[in-house]
Amino acid sequence: MSYVKSAFKHPRLPVNDLGLTYRDYEGALSTLCAGCGHDALTSAIIQACHELSIEPHKVAKLSGIGCSSKAPNYFLNKAHGFNSVHGRMPSVATGANMANQDLLYLAMSGDGDSASIGFGQFAHVVRRQLNMVYMVANNGVYGLTKGQLAATADKGVKNKAGDLSLFTDIDLCVMALQLGASFVARSFSGDKKQLVPLIKAAMSHKGFAFIDIISPCVTFNNHNGSTRSYDYVHDHITTAAVTDFVPVKTEITSRSDSGESEDVCLHDGSIMRIQKLSENYDSSNASKAIIDIEQHKAKGEILTGLFYLEATASEFHEINNTCDTPLNKLDQDALCPGKRVLPGINKSFR
Amino acid sequence: MMTAKTSMLIDNPESKDATAKDNYQVNDFVVRFANTNGTGSASANNMFAKAILRMGIPVCAKNIFPSNIQGMPTWYEVRISEKNYLGRRGGKSEMVVAMNAQSIEEDIQSVKSGGYVLYDSSKHLSDNLHRDDIHYLGMPISSICLKEYTDPRQRQLFKNVIYVGALAALLSMDFTLLKGLVRDQFKGKEKLITPNIYALELGYQYANEHFICPLAIKVEARDLVNNRILVDGNTASGLGAVYGGATVVGWYPITPSTSVIEKFASYCHRLRIDPASGKKNYAIVQAEDELAAIGVAIGAGWNGARAFTATSGPGVSLMTEFLGLAYFTEIPMVLVNVQRAGPSTGMPTRTQQSDILSCAYASHGDTKQILLFPDSPTECFEMGAEAFDIADLCQTPVIIMSDLDLGMNDHLTDEFQWQDDKAYQRGKLLDKEQLDELKEFGRYLDVDGDGICYRTLPGTHSEKGAYFNRGTSRDNYARYTEKPKHYVENVDRLTQKFVTALNYLPKPAIVQGKKSAKVALIYYGTTSHPITEAIDELSSHGISVDTLRIRAFPFHDEITQFIEKHQDVFVIEQNRDGQMKTLLVNELQVDPKQLTSIINYDGLPMTSYQVVQGVLSRFSDKEAAKQTKKKAG
Repeated sequence: MSYVKSAFKHPRLPVNDLGLTYRDYEGALSTLCAGCGHDALTSAIIQACHELSIEPHKVAKLSGIGCSSKAPNYFLNKAHGFNSVHGRMPSVATGANMANQDLLYLAMSGDGDSASIGFGQFAHVVRRQLNMVYMVANNGVYGLTKGQLAATADKGVKNKAGDLSLFTDIDLCVMALQLGASFVARSFSGDKKQLVPLIKAAMSHKGFAFIDIISPCVTFNNHNGSTRSYDYVHDHITTAAVTDFVPVKTEITSRSDSGESEDVCLHDGSIMRIQKLSENYDSSNASKAIIDIEQHKAKGEILTGLFYLEATASEFHEINNTCDTPLNKLDQDALCPGKRVLPGINKSFR
Repeated sequence: MMTAKTSMLIDNPESKDATAKDNYQVNDFVVRFANTNGTGSASANNMFAKAILRMGIPVCAKNIFPSNIQGMPTWYEVRISEKNYLGRRGGKSEMVVAMNAQSIEEDIQSVKSGGYVLYDSSKHLSDNLHRDDIHYLGMPISSICLKEYTDPRQRQLFKNVIYVGALAALLSMDFTLLKGLVRDQFKGKEKLITPNIYALELGYQYANEHFICPLAIKVEARDLVNNRILVDGNTASGLGAVYGGATVVGWYPITPSTSVIEKFASYCHRLRIDPASGKKNYAIVQAEDELAAIGVAIGAGWNGARAFTATSGPGVSLMTEFLGLAYFTEIPMVLVNVQRAGPSTGMPTRTQQSDILSCAYASHGDTKQILLFPDSPTECFEMGAEAFDIADLCQTPVIIMSDLDLGMNDHLTDEFQWQDDKAYQRGKLLDKEQLDELKEFGRYLDVDGDGICYRTLPGTHSEKGAYFNRGTSRDNYARYTEKPKHYVENVDRLTQKFVTALNYLPKPAIVQGKKSAKVALIYYGTTSHPITEAIDELSSHGISVDTLRIRAFPFHDEITQFIEKHQDVFVIEQNRDGQMKTLLVNELQVDPKQLTSIINYDGLPMTSYQVVQGVLSRFSDKEAAKQTKKKAG
């Protein structure tokens, strides 16, 4: 592990539409364990942002507490970040988004942060249809406090210390589907080919986009018997559909020739290309997706991919009918009713 | 059983004597309405208080209500005082309007000797409710309603209006004015005007025909109200937030703070819709709990919107972790705490000032929060707006410490005023141009040496000003560190910041004679309401006092100086433990022996009697101690 990030940039690094290289999207050096799934996730986020030519400073990074929530420090150092309190990132994200709808809100959370201490906040931010990307780095274990079982750990598995997971596990994708998220997907931090297009699509989607990312903990949950170890995930992962992301400006030259393919146009004009692998798959049916996830789980498989997408969903500000100018940019003239109306108000109290 | 006959004043020789004496008690009495909640009495009672106000007579109204929606006893106490004594008087009332069978026994006991009880005589009053020393005014209100109205809801609602009509006759109120009030109140709902006025007339006529009007207590028009208005503090706080430029609200309903947000919302609906697009210049989220409510305000504050939330004790407990985060990460936001009686669920519909310590040092670790103490709806409005400037200037939460009495009761208060040339102060907030010129940005670099650093908002500049906001310890550039030096530097700077904050906080209101009195009263918020009356009363005992009203925490030096100047200093407050006294002792270099608590914590607003007794008993104690000493000597 190195302690200093090299400032050297290769002169011929590819640049995007903004003239920025991959390095311009990086953050501080990761302090996570070598081999941590979260670092692969960080790198997928960087790749997605770079390839989509996102202006780094137009992003707001949000997180709670835990290993996952440290991650925003490791990407987009030109973006503001807010590392809030444990389980409470969703409310902070809500307030931040209410204040300025013009930024891209990228949130990182973990299984403890979202499925335990912040389960209530998670549920309600989904309900609110906040326009944001909510990613959970899910490893089924508490990393920073050294290996306690998380609520997403499968019932019946043992942690490294040998403690049995006694209670029903929580599937955050199922929760998000049930609570009305308009974009729900699951992926694996070790599968960039699947993950990067999903992150890109989530960022292009208008509305609440949730991605549960299986992100193995090399230190505390990579043992035999774990259902979140690299080996186990590799052996049991399956997908319902292969998704690809086609950005706005790319000319669509050919359609996928194998299997049934469907293009869904996202809010910003880019396209989510979905290649179905099973006949039953239907990205517009949330209840079907829940059944699908549960059926695979019953077989011991981890179903990944895009589960649900409602490209024309409304987001918070449309529902609220907020003015087009971000609230944090309204000046005193727009905000303060002034002296003029006070006589009438005073009169109503006489 | 008492007969209807004896209950009628006109046949009561005793009362004839009373009026014959022509010894009226004018503009100085208390009328207590005893109702059942959920029966629509509140608006009728409010109409009564407003009519007195429109006659130019100072009035104060207290709602004493249960944590319940329908069917429980509720009281509305109207004090009419030409002398402007606007605190709760306490003791028994000159008149009780006893409309609740559940509480009538207690209500009749609460009538002052020689006073009156107006009751519904449709049913006979049982004998055990008879007192020889008061007058019974029986009026068959239910029977009248039964005869006059067919709709059951109307039969219920108009009972209230009928007794207001009767009071108009009994107390010699201006009836034309009362009818005018109905017209104003139902402007836009014209259909309701005629039936309401009819109900008033029913009561008015009945009283004139059956009782000797006016009674020995009555009102006479004066010109003592001037530019004052009658309004509750929560309405004022909500309006203040509109004027202060608040755009984002996260909240969770809790008595007695709920109406702060409801009023904010209704004023926004009137005053904050973008004229061109018809869209909202604000956003309100009713969150899942108080944790989320304050999280919303903090997220918005970090992102540069003026944001607030409102809550009461239990909500404050839930919010403390977030308050610590906002303190440590230096995020502006406003919290309106409408205090109620704790601990735990306590008495949700009773008043107290018992969150002083839990708010002053809210959250774990070494923390401190800015508190503002409004004493009137006028100050709720002013501080409600000003708090946003203070929060932005100091980059920290500001807690407005209201309470149930201030927030939910109507108070006679100076009208709201606003200076249009007063610009919002956003504090040290860097825009793109300023960042362009800046050599080096560090979120926690104390460039000016006043403990307050420069902040930036997300999305401002493509290259400069981004930082990672975190609750963990950080260096001047917001990078995580646990180095002792960095940590100490950072928390010491926060101490310094709260000294700088004094420049922006309202100073205490001090009243003292040229020659300082020996005795001083310190109070804050609603304990200021009984003070005028208490001062007069004390002076009749030969005790002159100086006074200081605390308006903000941290404390200004003036408070220390004031305490030092006086021999006996009383700290008057509404909690069991004397929390403000503790805070004064903890924060200032004062001798605890110099401060004596006068406290009231029964959930009802403090009375002048309690204040006066508190002062007098201290002196009688002292006197007794002196005597004992002499004897021993």
